Amino acid sequence: MIRAIARRVASGAVVLWAAATAAYLALLAAPGDIVDSLIGDGADTPQIRAQIIAEWNLDRPAVVQYLDYLWRAAQGDLGRSYLLQRPVGEVIGDQVPPTLKLAVAAAVFGVALALVLAVTTRHRWARRASSAAELVIVSTPPFLIGIVLLSVFSFRFGLFPVSGDRGWAALVLPAVTMGLPIAGVLAQVLRDGLDRALDEPFAITARARGLRERAVLIRHALRHALMPAVTMLGWLTGVLLGGTVIIEQVFGRPGLGQVTLQAVGNGDMPVVLAVVVLAAAAFVVINTAADLAYLVIDPRLRRS
Amino acid sequence: MTLALPRPVARRLSLRRPRPGLAAAGLVLLLALAAVIWPALFAGDPLAADPLRVLEAPSAQHWFGTDQLGRDVFDRVVHGARHSLSIGVAATVIAVGAGILLGLIAGLAHRVADEALSRGFDALAAFPLVLLALLFIAIAGTGTTSLVVAIGIATTPHYARVVRAQTLVVRQAAYVTHAVAFGGSRVRLVLRHVLPNVLGPIPVLAMIGLGEAVLIAAGLSFLGLGPQPPSPEWGAMLSEGRGYLHIAWWASVLPGAAVTATVISLTVIGRHLQNRFEGRPA
Amino acid sequence: MIHVENLRVAFTGRRQVEAVRGVDLTISEGECVALVGESGSGKSVTARSLVGLAGPNARVEADTFTVDGRDARAFAARDWRRLRGRFAGLILQDALVSLDPLRTVGAEIGEVLQTHGIGDRRDRPQRIRQLLTDVHVPEPERRARQYPHQLSGGLRQRALIASAIAGGPRLLIADEPTTALDATVQAQILRLLAERRASGETLLLISHDLAVVSTLADRVLVMKDGRVVEGGDTRTVLVSAGHPYTRKLISAATGRRRGTTTEPGDVVAEATALRKVYGDRTVVKDFGVTIRRGEIVGLVGESGSGKTTVAQLLFGLAEPTSGHVRFEGADFSGVPERARRPIRRRLQLIAQDPLSAFDPRWTVRRIVGEALPRGADPEPCLERVGLGADVLDRYPRQLSGGQRQRVAVARAIAPRPSLIICDEPVSALDVSVQAQVLDLLADIREADGTALLFISHDLGVIRDIADRVLVMHDGRVVEQGPVKAVFDHAGHEYTRALLDAVPTLEVSR
Repeated sequence: MIRAIARRVASGAVVLWAAATAAYLALLAAPGDIVDSLIGDGADTPQIRAQIIAEWNLDRPAVVQYLDYLWRAAQGDLGRSYLLQRPVGEVIGDQVPPTLKLAVAAAVFGVALALVLAVTTRHRWARRASSAAELVIVSTPPFLIGIVLLSVFSFRFGLFPVSGDRGWAALVLPAVTMGLPIAGVLAQVLRDGLDRALDEPFAITARARGLRERAVLIRHALRHALMPAVTMLGWLTGVLLGGTVIIEQVFGRPGLGQVTLQAVGNGDMPVVLAVVVLAAAAFVVINTAADLAYLVIDPRLRRS
Repeated sequence: MTLALPRPVARRLSLRRPRPGLAAAGLVLLLALAAVIWPALFAGDPLAADPLRVLEAPSAQHWFGTDQLGRDVFDRVVHGARHSLSIGVAATVIAVGAGILLGLIAGLAHRVADEALSRGFDALAAFPLVLLALLFIAIAGTGTTSLVVAIGIATTPHYARVVRAQTLVVRQAAYVTHAVAFGGSRVRLVLRHVLPNVLGPIPVLAMIGLGEAVLIAAGLSFLGLGPQPPSPEWGAMLSEGRGYLHIAWWASVLPGAAVTATVISLTVIGRHLQNRFEGRPA
Repeated sequence: MIHVENLRVAFTGRRQVEAVRGVDLTISEGECVALVGESGSGKSVTARSLVGLAGPNARVEADTFTVDGRDARAFAARDWRRLRGRFAGLILQDALVSLDPLRTVGAEIGEVLQTHGIGDRRDRPQRIRQLLTDVHVPEPERRARQYPHQLSGGLRQRALIASAIAGGPRLLIADEPTTALDATVQAQILRLLAERRASGETLLLISHDLAVVSTLADRVLVMKDGRVVEGGDTRTVLVSAGHPYTRKLISAATGRRRGTTTEPGDVVAEATALRKVYGDRTVVKDFGVTIRRGEIVGLVGESGSGKTTVAQLLFGLAEPTSGHVRFEGADFSGVPERARRPIRRRLQLIAQDPLSAFDPRWTVRRIVGEALPRGADPEPCLERVGLGADVLDRYPRQLSGGQRQRVAVARAIAPRPSLIICDEPVSALDVSVQAQVLDLLADIREADGTALLFISHDLGVIRDIADRVLVMHDGRVVEQGPVKAVFDHAGHEYTRALLDAVPTLEVSR
C-alpha cells in the first residue's frame, strides 16, 4: 500500500517535470528571439532586456539555463511577468481563489446531478428523456448554455447578477453552466456502469435474496458503476480548468482563465508557462487522488 | 454458458423499428455536407450588410433574422458550415493519423517505450484542451492553421489510446498465436492480423471525435482565437452576437444551435454504427 | 411446493426469442429434481422463472403456476420478493462473480438476514458464523471478513451456498453449481448439497452434466430447445431412455474408449527437464515427455497445475527457464523464432475457445486457406472434418460451437503436421458435440498418424481418447503411464483423489 502510494508520487513528479520541460521547450521553439517571446507586448527597453537575460541566465550555456529554470520552478518560483512587472506567482495567486471556488462548485453540482440522474431515471420514458437531454447538453457549446442561462435568468427575470464575482448569487449561473456538461457525460458513464453491473450474476444473486431493485442498485451496482466514473476524474480536471477560460469570459468573472486569456493575447509568456505548469500540478494531484479512490472502492486492487 | 443472459434459442424475429432520431440525424448531416460543398445553393451572400435592417427578428424573408450589421443570419450559418466543419475535419485527420501511428508504436514497442508513450497520452489527454490550444496559439500565433493544429494535437491521445489498447488485445489474441503456427514473419503478422483488426473501429470513433473537434473549435473561435471577422464561423458569430443577446437572441443562439445540431447528429450516427459493429443491440 | 403447467417464457425486445416453450414441472417437498440440457435448452430460464427472475424483458406465461400453494401468475413484485431467499434460495455457477466482489462474504450473507428481518442486528455476526460453519467453512470469523477473491474456488462456492440458505429456504435452486470448479472441489460441493437435502431441503438442480445430476437427483427432466423431451425417475431415465436425445446425452456422459491398433512410430517431439519460473513462482518443475508418431498423450491436471504453461513451452510461445524442447530432431527451444519457422507448420495447435482463435474478419475459406499452400482448395479439408462447402464463406461468429471447433481441426490438419497440441479442445462444447469432436480427432490420428498432445482437466475425456497419460499437480508430473494402468491402479494419492472425484454415470441394469 505504502509502496503503491510512493510509486504514484514518483510518477506524479515525473509528469510535473515533463510538463515543465515541455513548457520550456515550447518557449525555445517559439519563432524569434527568446527575449522577444518573454517580453511579449510589454515595454521593450534595454533595462528589461538586461533583466531578462540575467533572470533566465540567457548568457550562460543552455544546460545551465534549463537546470536553473527547473530549480526555480521546483522552489515555486515561477518567474516574472515583464508585461505587468510583477512576479508571476503574485499575478496568478490572486486569481486562484475565484477559479477554485467556481471549479469546486461546478464539480459538486455536476457530480451530484449525474448521480441523481443515473440512479433515478432507470426506466422507459424517464430514461429516454434523460439520455436525450444529456446528449443535447454534451453536444452544446458550454458558452451557448451560459448565454442562454444569462438571457433567461439574469436579463429576463433578474434573478442573478450578469457578471462579476460578488457573493454566492454570482456563482450560481457559472457553476451550473460548467456543471451541466459534466453531469451529462458522467450520467452516461454511470448509467452504462449500472446497466452492466445489474446484468452481472451477483446482481441476480442479490435479487434472489429478496432485495428490492432499488437496494440492489444502491448497495451493489452503484459501487461498480463508480469505478469507470473515477477514471474520468482526470478528464474532469481538464474540463474544469479549460472550462474556466470560457466561462469566466462569458460571465465576466475574474480568475485564472481571464489571466490566461489576457496573457495569450498579450504574448506574456512567463504567465502562460506558469499556468501550464500549474495545470499539470492539478492533474497530478487529482490523478493520485483517483488512484487512491480505486483502492478504497475495489478491494481486489488492494493486493500489492 | 448459463451465467450469460439466455441465448437466442429458436426463432428470431428481427423487428425493424422506425428510428426517427437516426433519420433526423442523417438529414442534418446531409444538409451540413451540402452546405459545405455548395453553400450558394441554399443561401445568399454571408457578408452582404444592410444597415437599414439591423437585428431584425426571424421572418419569412430572413429565416434566422439579421445581425447587428444587418447581415442575414441564415446565410451566415450556411456559409459558416464550411469554416466550422473543415476546421473540425482537418483537426480530426491530423489527430487520427498521429493517433494511429503513436498508438501502434506504443502497442508494439518494448515495455519501457510503451510505458513512456502511454503516460504521455494520459497526461496529454487529461490536460485541459483549451489550455493546450492556448499554449500552442501563444507560441504559433492566432489563426485558422494554429487552431487546426492545436485541436489536432490535443485530440491525438484519444485515438492513440484506443489504437494502443486494441493493438495489445489483438497481439494477445489467440488467432495471432495460431498465425505463428504457420511460420509467418512478424511483419507479415502485423500487416495481416494486427493492423486490420486494430483499425476497424477507427472510422466510427473519428466520426464521434469530429463532433468533439467541431465543439472545441467553436469554443476557441468564441474566444477570438479562430477565423477572424467577418468570416462567418459559428463560434465567432456567437461571440459577435453575444452583445445583443437581450434584444436579438437569434443572432447568437441560432449559430450555436447549428453547432449543437451538427454535433448531436455526428454522435447519434457514430454511436449507432459503433453498436452495430460491436454486435450489440443498438 | 411448485406446480407449473405449460410454462412459456419469451424474451421481447428487438429480437424475440422463445426460450421456454411449454414445460410442465412439479416439485414436491423433500425431493431432488434435476433439469438437464445443453446450452440454450431453456433450463436456466425455467429455473429462474420459478422465483420470478427470468429478466426484465421476459414474458412468462403458464396455464397453471402454483408456488408454495399460491397462484404465481397474479404475483406482484412484492410477492416475489417475499418468496426469494425465504422460500427459495438460488445458487449460481461461479461465486467469484455471483457474490458481489466489492463486499465481504459476511456482508453478503448478512444481507439476507437483514432483508428478511431475521434475528436482531446484534446477533447477526453469530448467525453468519453459524451459517459458514454449517457449510463447513473453516475459520468462519476470519472468512466472513474477507472478500470473495481472497477465498479459494471451493470456499467461495460454500460461502455462496451459505448466503442462499441464510433465510432458511425450503427450496434450493442450484444452477450449474459446480461447473466452474475442479473435479475434487466439485465432489465436495456435491457432497454438501446432498447434506442439505438430507437435512430436509428440497433441491432443484440445473446442469448440463448427467453424471453430476445422477448422484443426487430423484427425478430428471431432460430439456432441449425449450421443451422437456423426457422425464421421470433418474434410474429409469438412465437405464431405459426413450428419446434419442437422452440416449445421446447418456452415451456422451458414459464415454467411449477410442483405442488404436497402430504402434507408436519415431519420436516426434521431446521435452527434457523443463522448468519455467515466473517472478518468484516456479510454474513448471522438471517436466519431461516423449511423443511418438501416431500417439495420443494425455496431460491432465486441475487449474493452476501448469499444464497450459507446458503447452506454451512446447509450442515455442514461451522459453523454458531451463531444459530443452526438441521437435522433429531439431532444437525448438533456446533458438530464435526464425530458426523455428521452417518446421512451424509441422506443429499445430487447437485451443479451447475456437472463436477467439480465428481472425474475426476472415471467412472460413480464408482461415483454412492460410494453412494450405497458396491457391489450394480448402474444401477437401473441410470435408474431412464433416463440414460442407456451405460454411466456406461464413464468418466464425456465424457458426455453431461444434462447427467452429471442426474448422479449427481442419485448419490444424491442413498443413499435415506431425504433432497437434490440443489445449482443452472440447471443454467449451456441449457434451453431445464433445463426443463428435473426439471421434474426429481419433480418426485423424488413425488416418494420418498424427501425434496429439491432449491437455484437459477432464479425466473422462482423457480416458476416452489418450493412449498414455501424464498427471500434473503443482507444476510437477506426479504420475504417468498407459491410460488403463493409471486409471485402474493409480499409484499417486493425488491421482486417486482426482479419480474418486469424477462423478460417473452408473447405468448398471
